[in-house]
Amino acid sequence: MAEIVAGIACSHVPAIGVAMDRGMTGTPYWDPLFKGYAPAREWLAKLAPDVAIVVYNDHASAFSLEIIPTFLIGVAAEFPIADEGFGPRPVPVVRGHPALAWHLAESLILDEFDMTIANAMPVDHGLTVPLSITCGQPPAWPFPVIPLCVNVVQYPPPTGARCFKLGQAIRRAVAAFDEPLRVVIYGTGGMSHQLQGERAGLINRGFDTAFLDGMTRDPLSLTKITHTEYMREAGSEGVEMVMWHVMRGALDEQAVEVYRHYHVPASNTAAGLMILENGVAT
Amino acid sequence: MTAARDYDSIPGTYVYDSRRGREGYALNMFCMSLNSAANRARFKQNESAYLDGFPLSADQRQAVLQRDWLGMLKVGGNIYYTIKIAFCDGLTFQDVAGMMSGVTKEAYAQMMLAGGRSPDGNRHKGEVDKGEDHG
Repeated sequence: MAEIVAGIACSHVPAIGVAMDRGMTGTPYWDPLFKGYAPAREWLAKLAPDVAIVVYNDHASAFSLEIIPTFLIGVAAEFPIADEGFGPRPVPVVRGHPALAWHLAESLILDEFDMTIANAMPVDHGLTVPLSITCGQPPAWPFPVIPLCVNVVQYPPPTGARCFKLGQAIRRAVAAFDEPLRVVIYGTGGMSHQLQGERAGLINRGFDTAFLDGMTRDPLSLTKITHTEYMREAGSEGVEMVMWHVMRGALDEQAVEVYRHYHVPASNTAAGLMILENGVAT
Repeated sequence: MTAARDYDSIPGTYVYDSRRGREGYALNMFCMSLNSAANRARFKQNESAYLDGFPLSADQRQAVLQRDWLGMLKVGGNIYYTIKIAFCDGLTFQDVAGMMSGVTKEAYAQMMLAGGRSPDGNRHKGEVDKGEDHG
């Protein structure tokens, strides 16, 4: 039986990808951020998961405003790197895991989560930057990836509570898969940031710290944060943090924090990274 | 039932909800077209002619041609879409964020290095006391 062994919460700031792609990670601006990523890379390399589910949002790359899926799962064998307006990132193509992805799609829909299914789609920085942060710059990504997209571009995104329940359903579905796969799940986006309007540049360290603490202390109460509260307190784009709840819902209630890194600024954003591990199976 | 719009009280923020979605569809779909290198080249070559291919309002068209980043949001632009015009111009998210908030690039970068814009005084329209916590 497959099993979710750990969760990774991770910001997906495009500039972090640019800094890596252009070899700028050692500059005084970027060095403190990337130093904090090193322990996470070591941890992940040691964990060596068989597959990753990456919960992220597309940013007008694979999907335009023509069709806006609230929850979508990618079932392809391969996902090309999107041109987001400045050429595709020079990173490896993302290999999928069609067998587990299709199993998840079927299980989730029958479990009353009405997923959209994508047989072909490019993936953008929302997915590739967390991979770069946690895997570095290998010639090929070390594990296959199942992209799971959440709409946060057209208001309203799904609620935090709904995202958490989707995570719980993902956990049930993974546990019912008939191969002994060790799965990690990423919840990406955030933390506090606002990219638009006169209020651009908003950062709320207090909110972010409480959110990080709450991931282990009381994750259910975090799911009650409303969209307006995210936007008011953590910036209009801070609402991306609903995606962390999918990851959290897929883990044990008693999951433990094994690593955290928080840095301001990464361009306009408070960059957060947190690793949660499920307990040893008994 | 009408959805609550309590986020309208947040200052300097243009939530891309159904109201903006109805107004901004064509503008944002023009931006989406810039995901193609061939289209970026055509746009750069003759912006006005390229825009003729999209049913933009006069205000939307003017905001694009003048690179009025804040103005684009006010006529239905979504930042994840309008930023593609900035990428075409060789600008970054941080460049555009500075311009939208009405400060120099240097001042904006400095604000971010110093920890970003504080939520204090920026939670509700009409707040003026930057240091006061209204949370």
